[in-house]
Amino acid sequence: MLMGFKRLFALLTISACAPAAFAQEASQEAAEEVQRWGVNMTQGVTEVSRTTYDLHMLIFWICVAIGVVVFGVMFYSMWRHRKSKGYKAAQFHESLGVELAWTIVPTLILIGMAIPATKTLYDIYDTKEADLDIMITGYQWKWKYDYLGSDVSFFSNLSTPQSQIQNQQPKTVNYLLEVDEPLVVPVNKKIRFLITANDVIHAWWVPDLAVKKDAIPGFVNESWTRIDEPGIYRGQCAELCGKDHGFMPIVVKAVPEDEYHSWLSDRAAAAARIKELTNKTFTFDELYARGEKIYNSACVACHQANGQGIPGTFPAIAGSKVATGPMDGHMSMVVNGSPTNPAMQAFGAQLSEVDLAAVITYQRSAFGNNMGDTVQPIDILNFKNK
Amino acid sequence: MAHGPKPGFTRWLYTTNHKDIGSMYLWFSFAMFLLGGCMALVIRAELFQPGLQIVQPDFFNQMTTMHGLIMVFGAVMPAFVGLANWMVPMMIGAPDMALPRMNNWSFWILPFAFAMLASTLFMEGGAPNFGWTFYAPLSTEYAPPSVTFFIFAIHIMGASSIMGAINIVATILNMRAPGMTLMKMPLFVWTWLITAYLLIAVMPVLAGVVTMMLMDIHFGTSFFSAAGGGDPVLFQHVFWFFGHPEVYIMILPAFGIVSAIIPTFARKPLFGYSSMVYATASIAFLSFIVWAHHMFTVGMPIAGELFFMYATMLIAVPTGVKVFNWVTTMFRGSMTFETPMLFSIAFVILFTLGGFSGLMLAIAPADFQYHDTYFVVAHFHYVLVPGAIFSITAGVYYWLPKWTGNMYNETMGKVHFWMAFVGLNVTFFPMHFVGLAGMPRRIPDYALQFADFNQIASVGAFLFGAAQIVFLFNVIRTVKGGKKATDEVWENPEGLEWSVPSPAPYHTFSTPPVVR
Repeated sequence: MLMGFKRLFALLTISACAPAAFAQEASQEAAEEVQRWGVNMTQGVTEVSRTTYDLHMLIFWICVAIGVVVFGVMFYSMWRHRKSKGYKAAQFHESLGVELAWTIVPTLILIGMAIPATKTLYDIYDTKEADLDIMITGYQWKWKYDYLGSDVSFFSNLSTPQSQIQNQQPKTVNYLLEVDEPLVVPVNKKIRFLITANDVIHAWWVPDLAVKKDAIPGFVNESWTRIDEPGIYRGQCAELCGKDHGFMPIVVKAVPEDEYHSWLSDRAAAAARIKELTNKTFTFDELYARGEKIYNSACVACHQANGQGIPGTFPAIAGSKVATGPMDGHMSMVVNGSPTNPAMQAFGAQLSEVDLAAVITYQRSAFGNNMGDTVQPIDILNFKNK
Repeated sequence: MAHGPKPGFTRWLYTTNHKDIGSMYLWFSFAMFLLGGCMALVIRAELFQPGLQIVQPDFFNQMTTMHGLIMVFGAVMPAFVGLANWMVPMMIGAPDMALPRMNNWSFWILPFAFAMLASTLFMEGGAPNFGWTFYAPLSTEYAPPSVTFFIFAIHIMGASSIMGAINIVATILNMRAPGMTLMKMPLFVWTWLITAYLLIAVMPVLAGVVTMMLMDIHFGTSFFSAAGGGDPVLFQHVFWFFGHPEVYIMILPAFGIVSAIIPTFARKPLFGYSSMVYATASIAFLSFIVWAHHMFTVGMPIAGELFFMYATMLIAVPTGVKVFNWVTTMFRGSMTFETPMLFSIAFVILFTLGGFSGLMLAIAPADFQYHDTYFVVAHFHYVLVPGAIFSITAGVYYWLPKWTGNMYNETMGKVHFWMAFVGLNVTFFPMHFVGLAGMPRRIPDYALQFADFNQIASVGAFLFGAAQIVFLFNVIRTVKGGKKATDEVWENPEGLEWSVPSPAPYHTFSTPPVVR
């Protein structure tokens, strides 16, 4: 909190100065290509999203009509029935007929709304006969996609750099809505999503698909979509899931079917290549350089760019007992997670052996830890198999 | 007039007088309103433009959580209890509340509860950061250590509310003046009677859910942990079984206040008194069977979705009846527009807008797009700010001359109203737009397409905040002096409270009045 006040103070003192004004201007410039002043729900690119939009507009116009009548009467009487205009108050205060009318008429309107809503709901719930199954798992604070029936599985992280978030660089068009690896899917195929979470509750939401489903640890929820046109569709996590809830976007890239298949086989081949690397021996410098990259996508959210963590919430890596202690303890912490603090996830299944070896090597020598030792991918594999 | 108030501070500490306790509740809730409001301003300042400028995400989450908790449990609920303390005995011709010592106790534990809740801001790991709805497992396995203090604070607030509710039920059912039959009671008394039953029914459920959390965190149970055989969704069912009636707890007394004010300034009796009573009771009943409309996206079976969708849509019927009745009360009246009336009219209009977005949210397939976006934030602020806050403000202006014996400054009251009205709409109306355009709630930073409306909303929030300073100033001035109020204060207002002198003596109705 103290930090908050310091930053507020700093902001107030510099707000009139050039750098802040420059940053502001720069972000305004980038916003030129952004669709500004959006006021309504997207019609989306699926049948369900269009039906949902129609339903939304139907209810909206019904509400507008009711509003015009009710507020019309109200404003009329506020205009005409004023004491200042000498209007004498009537004294009626009951009418069974009127009371019955305004109970029954709204009920009928509601029934009129409920019928199309029920139909749409049945449609949304029909997850049968899908062409493709994708498992979506929410993690703090990234998404994992598993293409069921193939070896392809990867994490999708926010790719907006911290420098943009901290206002050191101008913000680009897809600020906070861009990821390192999008979910690639074919168009015109019924895709079933199986949605779950690894830690806390998240929600997977892409407005253009009209799919929003909670990702709940221990449960597997189902949803489906069939995308009409190729394109890139962006969404965000929609359930408060901790510190970086606002920083775990979703990007769906819909491509023609043949393109999808060639992408899938490329991904499978790449996964096989990474597996082969497990048997290679790397130098310290190779591991350190690779580890720095991995650290900045997998660890930095909690342990911070300087390795100091956030006091009281996330422990520091700089000078920590784990990172400067025996290798086994360090491997166990990263591979299996912390036995006492659930916020420290088990990265064993999230990262490849190469990446695990690299990030551990990096942590032991970065932030002034100076251990200078290395761990090889094969050591990680042996540790896992122990 | 056997006894006056004790001199000095002990008057407030030991008092069992319903007027003293009512005043303390109201001042306490106003202090909490300002505190929660400052937190809202931190949120709006951070959201003024994209990027992180003022606070970091974890502290942002602490602000949204504390803002919600303090406004719901610290500002709105105690304010209504304060108004009930002052007005219920005077409206039914009773000398005091039925259980005056418990009344003192139920107030005095509140400052401790909120001191404890606020102190978590200074603890290691920070204050609760999991939202005012504190969904497990974010609030259990993943919570900061201060969660235990939060749980204890909730227990104390719950105990206070239950005692307050029991007191109000006991007073209304046992202490009405001769001739004051149930169907002659002012609507404020009726709505509070029903609210009190809701409180007694659901506050223990809240206590239950936080106790289950406590067990999960410290005693090795796993009610809400899937890994231990528990169920995170169970948390949401239990929480919203409390949470939905809770939102009606925050609006039913408002209906009562507005139903008192509109007839006075329209100089015409309330239209459809008995249908108002039945509508209130129906809303209270329905509030128990709609909770899962907050959970349309958790993956309920379709039968559950449909049931909760239909039940929720039904609420529009009795709520509509109320709005139609208020409008018809105004129709062919002889209206003047003093500050309480302005706030009440704004209540009817803006609460209806909040009702419309509520109806839209009830439609489950459309809710899949609205859920957890700023559309929801706009919706519940439209029902809570013009609903609860405006009605409380209207009530304070309406009864302040009776309480203090002085008239408030009408010009300043109007300035307050217009600042609050404009500020509120500038703040919350654009939230409908960004929500529909796809901005999730509870995020400290957002994509560039939401920047413009967020900037507008932030400006409105500071205007709304400034309006409350005018209010505070006006109230203090009225307490200290001003034009003397007559006993009736307004033109032929209805109700026993206007039959006692202004200011209302320390003890009223020591001998019960007779109601014809």
